[in-house]
Parts: sequence; structure tokens; C-alpha cells
Amino acid sequence: MAIVPNPYKTTGFLGWIDDRFPLTKLWKDHLSEYYAPKNFNFWYYFGSLALLVLVNQLITGIVLTMHYKPGAETAFDSVEYIMRDVPWGNIIRYMHSTGASAFFIVVFMHMYRGLLYGSYKKPRELIWVFGALIFLVLMAEAFCGYVLPWGNMSYWGAQVIISLFGTIPVIGPDVVIWVQGDYSPADATLNRLFSLHVIALPFVLVGLVVAHLIALHEVGSNNPDGVEIKKHKDKATGIPLDGIPFHPYYTVKDIVGVTVFLMIFAGIIFWAPDGGGYFLEKPNFTPASAINTPEHITPAWYFGSFYAILRATPPLFGSALPGVIAMFGAVLVIFFVPWLDRSPVKSIRYKGPLFKIALTLFTIAFIALSYYGMQPPSPLGKLVSQIGSVVYFLFFFLMPVYTKMDSYKTEPERVTHDAH
Amino acid sequence: MSTEGVDTSRRRFLTLATTGMGVVGGAAVVWPFLASLRPSAKAQAAGAPVTVDLTAVEPGQKLSVTWRGKAVWVVRRTPEMVASLDKVTADLTDPESKSSLQPAYVKGAGRSIKPDVLVTIGNCTHLGCIPTFRPEHPAPDIHPHWEGGFFCPCHGSKFDLAGRVYKGSPAPVNLVIPPHRFASDLSVVIGEDQA
Repeated sequence: MAIVPNPYKTTGFLGWIDDRFPLTKLWKDHLSEYYAPKNFNFWYYFGSLALLVLVNQLITGIVLTMHYKPGAETAFDSVEYIMRDVPWGNIIRYMHSTGASAFFIVVFMHMYRGLLYGSYKKPRELIWVFGALIFLVLMAEAFCGYVLPWGNMSYWGAQVIISLFGTIPVIGPDVVIWVQGDYSPADATLNRLFSLHVIALPFVLVGLVVAHLIALHEVGSNNPDGVEIKKHKDKATGIPLDGIPFHPYYTVKDIVGVTVFLMIFAGIIFWAPDGGGYFLEKPNFTPASAINTPEHITPAWYFGSFYAILRATPPLFGSALPGVIAMFGAVLVIFFVPWLDRSPVKSIRYKGPLFKIALTLFTIAFIALSYYGMQPPSPLGKLVSQIGSVVYFLFFFLMPVYTKMDSYKTEPERVTHDAH
Repeated sequence: MSTEGVDTSRRRFLTLATTGMGVVGGAAVVWPFLASLRPSAKAQAAGAPVTVDLTAVEPGQKLSVTWRGKAVWVVRRTPEMVASLDKVTADLTDPESKSSLQPAYVKGAGRSIKPDVLVTIGNCTHLGCIPTFRPEHPAPDIHPHWEGGFFCPCHGSKFDLAGRVYKGSPAPVNLVIPPHRFASDLSVVIGEDQA
């Protein structure tokens, strides 16, 4: 289909632009005439909140980069300089560091919403896959950022994560040296992670977010009932009967979510910016030292679950490789959810007891793993982590089985919704 | 695309040849970028061997030095410490260091060139933390048969006084012994192999 310039025949200055760039078309396609289901609930705030946090990270990140000095000799001091000497520097840094935790909170909720309402099911598989890629890149981005202050936890976190490459058979030790650019995490390592954090990964992240949204707007949003609003359109206009324009209806609704979010976010930034040691860890307020390990190396809270899986997996033939495979497998398995779920309905509202039990166990396992991933090693923690890891993987691996065996309620023809 | 009057096999050959050269050229361009990530000449120079003087180290003491950014321990073992190594054999994962990293000239339970001097990299083979030196024994809080050794505070790995890992530790193998040689009786060069 050929591109038609200015399909809406606008005139004047806007017409001049629309003849050359599809401004009106983009506005209508993606906002004022993008029809979203009218029954969105609380869970649908987290997509727009993720976008908000992304913008927060980009803007605060740009300003922080103006004051931060990468390099093993300068990084720690420049972060302290930002905290003490740069006007408002502490607030801007706290916005960025709290923003990282907020990013994971809203993204976890956003992904969980997808699991609840089957938002990954046909025809939305690629939205989910782009989303899983965003999650993967976000993890890499968060790790790189975590290393930048070059505090002792930064240093040892880098050591632990980069040493995961060392478990690759035969070439592992050489890969570690290549990744680090030195024989241990050093100046070269910090600088390349800085480059990835401020240039490469943000580019990829923003590109993936655009792809995620393009794919979403191509097929239309799912909703808590998991029924397609495009099945019932107004005969005359072709507009879905259960659809309402994203703007102004959902832009206004999302502003409510943004307001509540910002109240909490600002509260944390002002009164608890280190999140009790979970958002900014205490050992990271001492400079990196190659010969002093922190008493207990913990990952950031949002990596706790994956780290617990790493620790819970026993070594095989004297190699920690199985743990590393399990940890990366725990992320990779997320990509396959659209093809693992064989249920005939999308939403949990019409799914049977098996899925509800499986999702409940998965939720408990994920929270337990996240908790024990941050605790010092203990026999109880190891046992819980091992059980949690098994539950985590069985949720995915057995999904084709229990979603096939499960009993289902009949989906309604149209979304259920009471106007307020 | 019209193929009238076109020698299609010639066109196919030229397309393939051009594509092939393009792939080779592309790969050649990628190489410098990947290679630039290797340790620089400066980093390689900083990774040069380190000489350690042991005259000031009393038997039973541990000295930490840095070589290539890693902690390297030099422990002067007392005769009692050397004798303790055989008492814990049954508790170890790899008592003969068969699947552990060490130079060929390092032999026996002591994993050393000389029985009284242990040289080992002080990074846990699990995830690279630095274990603490715990020579005191018995220490039932660490292990019922503790004869002195190293305990990792990160994930609880335990090693004996030759860096051999205890069973049940998350660390899969013994501590790594770096290449080293004795320049004289009480002078060790770390990073160079014994002749």
C-alpha cells in the first residue's frame, strides 16, 4: 500500500507539515483514534508508568553524566561530588537510583499483568517478546549502572557477574579477561560499562520500547476480560463498540496513576532514598577495594530471584556452569510463554483452578527467591531457594500440560464493565 | 526485475561474489573493535610478575599481595599446619587437586613448591569473593573437623590450609595456585613459572 501524504487533508501550517510528515496521522493513529478497551483496571497503569520512569532515567542520567567522571580513580569521588557539591545533585542522583528500583517494580507489575490477563497470547506474541527483550536489556542496563559509582559493592558485584562468563567451558577465563579488558575488574572495565550504560543500552532500550508500542498499536490492547474488542465494531464507523480513544480517556486516567506514583516516588527520594539499604546498599558508600570483600555480597533487590536460582543450583563436574545456565534460563524461559500457554481463553477470570494454583505458587516462589537471594547463605535459604527454583521452572515447563488439562469458564462476547 | 537479455548465471555469480567479499570485509572491520576490548599494553604491563620478600613473615602468618588486581596469599605454614593437611582429607571435595587449577610443579597435599610456603590466589573459586584466614582450631562454628583454613563470608565456602575446598561448599574446586617460583630461599616471584 502506497503512503498517502496528508490523508486527513489538513490545511494551513498543519497542512504544510502533514504534506511532508504524518503528524496528524501519528497523533490520530496512536492517541486520539487509538481505541483501547474501556474496561482497563488498576493493572493497566504500569505500562505508562514504565514509560514515565524511562523518561526520568534518561533526563536524570543526562544531567548526572555532566558531573560524573568515569574511571577507577575518579568515579567514586565524582559521585560524592554530585552528592555534596553539585546544587541539587543529591536529589537528581536519588531520582536516578530510586528510579532504577521503581523501574523494576513497575516492570514486574506490568509483566505480572500480562500473566494475569494472557496479554501475550495470539495475536500479541511479539509484544511480549519485545517486552521480554526490554526486560533483558533493562537488567544489563541496571547492572552497568550499579557498577558506575565504583563503591565496594559495585566492584564486587562486577566481579561476581563478570566471573559468570568464566564458567563457559575452555574459553571462559579468556572471555572474562576480554570482557574486563584487564586481569580483574579495573579502570577499563568501568569505562566500558559506562559506555554501555549511557550510549549503547539506552539506544537499544528506547528502540525496543518503540517496537513494543508499534506492535501493541498494530493489534490493539488486551483487557482484563481477555476478549477482543475488534470482534464487535460499529457498523457505520468501524470503531470497536467497547473501545474508547486513548486520548483523552486513558491519558487522563494515566495521569491519576502518575500522580499517585509520583507521591510515593517523591516520598522515597526525600525521606528514604537508600530504601533502607535495598535501593542503595551500605557497602557501596566505601570505595572499591580489590582486597576487601564486603561482608556479604548481595545483588540489588530486583536481581534477588535470579541470584537465588544461581546459588541454589549445585555445581556439576567441578563447574558452576549449571547455576549460570539456570539463572539465564530463568530469564530466557519468559520469552516462550506465548507458546507454552495452551489455554483457550486469555484472562485468569475465565481460567480454571490449575492455572490459578500454578500462578499462586509461582508468585510465592518468586517472592521467596527474591528474599533469599538477598540473604547471607544459610541451610534454610538454600532449601527454600532450591524448592523455589524448581517451582519457578515448573510453572513454565508444565504450562502446556496444566493449561491443557484445566477447566474453563466461557468468555463473555463483550467486555464486562460498569460505567462509573 | 526483468531478466530479458541478461546472462542470469553471470549475474548470480557476480551477486554472490560481491556478497561474499562484503561479508569478508564486514568481518575484517569487526575485528579491530572486538580486539580493542582486550587488555591494553598498559594493563598488560601492570599485570607483570610481583616479587614477594618473605623474611618479615613469621611462620603461621599470611601475607596478602596484589597481582593482576587479584589478592594473592603467601602463607608460611608451621610444621603443625603442614601436618594438619592429612587429617582433613576425608572432608574434602578434591583432596588430590585433580580437577583444580594449579601448575604442574605444585605437588602433594600441600599444593606448594616448598611445604612451608603456600602461594594461592585469594579469590574464592565460587564467585570470586575473598575468604577470611581462620587458622584457629577447633572452630565448630565453621566445621566440626576444622584444622585451620579459609572461610568465605559470601556464600560459606570452606578451604583447608592448602586451599582445598571442603565438601558441601558452593565453591566447586580448590583455590587456584598462580604460577610462581622461588628467586631465593625467602623470595617468591608471582606470575613466573618455576623452571
